[in-house]
Amino acid sequence: MSTDLGMPGTSPTAGTAGVPRLAEDAPKQTKKEFTSDQEVRWCPGCGDYAILAAVQGFLPDLGLKRENIVFVSGIGCSSRFPYYLDTYGMHSIHGRAPAIATGLATSRGDLSVWVVTGDGDALSIGGNHLIHALRRNVNLTILLFNNQIYGLTKGQYSPTSEVGKIAKSTPMGSVDHPFNPVSLALGAEGTFVARTMDSDRKHLTEVLRQAAEHRGTSLVEIYQNCPIFNDGAFDLIKDRTQQEARIVHLVDGEPVAVGPEGDRKVLVRTDGGGMEFVPESEVGEREVVVHDVAAPEPTQAFALSRLDTPEMTHVPMGIFRNVDRPTYDDQVRHQVEAAVGTAGGPPTDSDLDELIRGRDTWTVA
Amino acid sequence: MSSKSVQQLDRVVIRFAGDSGDGMQLTGDRFTSETAALGNDLSTLPNFPAEIRAPQGTLPGVSSFQLHFADHDVLTPGDAPDVLVAMNPAALKANLGDLPRGATIIANTDEFTKRNLGKVGYDANPLEDGSLESWHVHPVALTSITVEALAEFDTLSRKDKERAKNMFALGLLSWMYHRPTNGTESFLRKKFGSKPDILAANLAALTAGLNYGETTEDFAVSYEIAPAKMAPGTYRNITGNLALAIGLTTAAHRAGIPLVLGSYPITPASDILHTLSGFKRYGVTTMQCEDEIAGVGAALGASFGGAIGVTTTSGPGVALKSETIGLGVSLELPLVIVDVQRGGPSTGLPTKTEQSDLLQAMFGRNGESPVPIVAPRSPADCFDAALEAVRIATTYRTPVFILSDGYLANGSEPWAVPKVAELPAMTVEFATEPNDTDADGKPVFHPFKRDEKTLARPWAVPGTSGLEHRVGGIEKANITGNISYDPDNHDLMTRLRAGKVERIAESIGDLEVDDPSGEANVLVLGWGSTYGPIAAAVRSVRNSGAKVAQAHLRHLNPFPANTGEVLRRYDRVLVPEMNMGQLALLLRAKYLVDVHSFTQVRGLPFTTVELADAIVSLLEDDAATDPTSEEVRA
Repeated sequence: MSTDLGMPGTSPTAGTAGVPRLAEDAPKQTKKEFTSDQEVRWCPGCGDYAILAAVQGFLPDLGLKRENIVFVSGIGCSSRFPYYLDTYGMHSIHGRAPAIATGLATSRGDLSVWVVTGDGDALSIGGNHLIHALRRNVNLTILLFNNQIYGLTKGQYSPTSEVGKIAKSTPMGSVDHPFNPVSLALGAEGTFVARTMDSDRKHLTEVLRQAAEHRGTSLVEIYQNCPIFNDGAFDLIKDRTQQEARIVHLVDGEPVAVGPEGDRKVLVRTDGGGMEFVPESEVGEREVVVHDVAAPEPTQAFALSRLDTPEMTHVPMGIFRNVDRPTYDDQVRHQVEAAVGTAGGPPTDSDLDELIRGRDTWTVA
Repeated sequence: MSSKSVQQLDRVVIRFAGDSGDGMQLTGDRFTSETAALGNDLSTLPNFPAEIRAPQGTLPGVSSFQLHFADHDVLTPGDAPDVLVAMNPAALKANLGDLPRGATIIANTDEFTKRNLGKVGYDANPLEDGSLESWHVHPVALTSITVEALAEFDTLSRKDKERAKNMFALGLLSWMYHRPTNGTESFLRKKFGSKPDILAANLAALTAGLNYGETTEDFAVSYEIAPAKMAPGTYRNITGNLALAIGLTTAAHRAGIPLVLGSYPITPASDILHTLSGFKRYGVTTMQCEDEIAGVGAALGASFGGAIGVTTTSGPGVALKSETIGLGVSLELPLVIVDVQRGGPSTGLPTKTEQSDLLQAMFGRNGESPVPIVAPRSPADCFDAALEAVRIATTYRTPVFILSDGYLANGSEPWAVPKVAELPAMTVEFATEPNDTDADGKPVFHPFKRDEKTLARPWAVPGTSGLEHRVGGIEKANITGNISYDPDNHDLMTRLRAGKVERIAESIGDLEVDDPSGEANVLVLGWGSTYGPIAAAVRSVRNSGAKVAQAHLRHLNPFPANTGEVLRRYDRVLVPEMNMGQLALLLRAKYLVDVHSFTQVRGLPFTTVELADAIVSLLEDDAATDPTSEEVRA
């Protein structure tokens, strides 16, 4: 698969600006340095192993001081992630990692803060915190491991499970309509929204790099296989004989297309205002949809996210949106710094004395 | 000031009552400031509906503000008003029941129309039908006199003029009680600086009220209340919520760490969020989060980063935050949870006071999850309680509850302001280097290796090289902090967390008992905002010649070390609470002492009289069963 995401040239450090970096001449960190001494306890064959290996392998590329990186997670299989990284970390409670990370990132501009979450953690119990982190655009990178099942509670359907899912709590099939995490994030006006897959290390690493470089909330949905409770959920797009026909590689500035050379389909606009894939030879005069990650409005990115169906006929992968918007934490810190600056610097005892006295005092001799 | 006669009083209780839109809280606040400036001791009790604007002229829409001021120290806002200012029939009807016979009523006759009387079920005008003859009624056409006084203000509508009637009422009361109005004048100048005609109208209405008192024959007497003898010092008037906000800010300053508030608006705690959001100049960060859970989550995240994380809420919010507070207990990180209690359960009485979250603070989490609890006893004491909560949180690395309540939050009293430099020192030590060695003798950092004295674990914040570690809500192995499901380890860790909270008692001093005679057989023990009413009742009982001891708990968890000994020292212990006996339950369970629980949940503080009656009744019981004690029956 291609790893060229066609991103415009952005500052390589925007997302981590303010985080102390290693000296230019310092030896590069190793994957081993980012690996904690804890035994990894996921099930054999779990997609989480591949993601962990990719993250441990990628973190040295950031060139950040290891002590300034923090991973915060919620509850679920994926949320054990921080224990296996030798950075600072917090394994918190179900669904609340984005809220906790918001407090940490806002109060500490010198940290690179990551959230690791799953489909149940982020989209069910923690849905509120996720959309508000995206709305505020807090400088966080959120890795959402989507295996379309509840693993740690042993196999109930999740908010991303397809309708009709037969699971422990749905013997006759689930009836509720699933979330598409990318659509949800774009609906919340997320400034960086991407999708990648556990088994494609190069693509995953490149998406992580772009996500880390983005200043603001980066949401990365990672399709992840659960071999115990939902094995093969993504087989249609992992199968080498089928993936080329199904995966739509989003490349900024290029027409949205799918399929191998010779049997290529291109996305065009329909008369009714929608989009459809047509064979390259039949495009004719029709308007071809060109991917634009930096489009100010999330409308086209949202439309691309809707190409995705439970049948996985066409699954867009890559970066859907990457736009600049002032971040919540930068602005909150700026207001405090401005107020402190205007007042002539950090408060002294006598400033506090003045605050305590207020404007209306009287004296008893 | 006046050619009329002037009478000296030692104390007065005034209640301003009107429609929610009549500006009664503002009028009360201003009269309070005038009174503070004059050097009286005072205590206030605002009482307003949860609805912002209930239908005009109806009983649910009545808002009131009570002020008790005196030439001696004041402990409560007063049981019953000596003066009621009733801006409409609803205000009269809603408050008349609290008014002792012989009290003064100043009624705004303009609002006593057939329609308004009908709204609250008066068939006849009580100002005219003789039903108020046991009271001293001053009928004053407050609205029309105000409008008349503002006749020359052509640019203002009649409605704008009518709106100034609260300033007229304030002027009249200021004349009656010889209050200086210059503070109110400068307040108005600030408030209406950008609207010169509204400012001029309000000033004119204030003056008109003063002049009206001076000239009208209806008010023959004015009153003076000499300044109270207060300890030397600089004083200001302060509400509990403001004292708490300033206290938290001061504590963080003293500790040398940032204050980070994560909060979600809720009555009656929101004012702390509002106030702290204006304290950015003091380095305070505030986040209005998407819900209560996010509020405490953001605070805990900030604490992980080395700040003192604070969340402010009321009972329903605490219920939502419980799981995160439990996480704080497990992570052993500092966190301050401010619970400004209100009537419950569920939404309950949002604007009314209650002390019914004690057991929620104590036990409202899954698992063995001890959290220290600190309770302020008066509005100004909220400052000291905030300092104490931050001290415990940062020293012992634990969440700490502050249990304030609606009465403390909005009530006010004079406060002898402290000097920051003279406050107790507060030091925070972050871990900076490895604290242990591994099997090979290599230096390592163990996040759960505890301080031997306090049992606190080290606070190592991100950004500290070499101390990278992970914490989580799963049980941790003692010392290393690694995940552990070992039975013995869980038993040990549970006892260590409990033991750590118990050890706080070593740093808080004994429970002090006030028993001037040293011969009391009955103790009255309270906590939180009942201090004022209890102290006033104890004083009143002592004035009648009886002997009674009083003690008040600042720390509810852990209790002071001598609490059991104090309880056992007395024949009987009375525990008054604005709940169904929550402290009594804890005391009985822990000390096996059969305390007498005296409770009410009316959304209002105890009155002195009802508490004094309860004390006397217990004294009589005691005397009846003790042949050597004759003092009460004599």
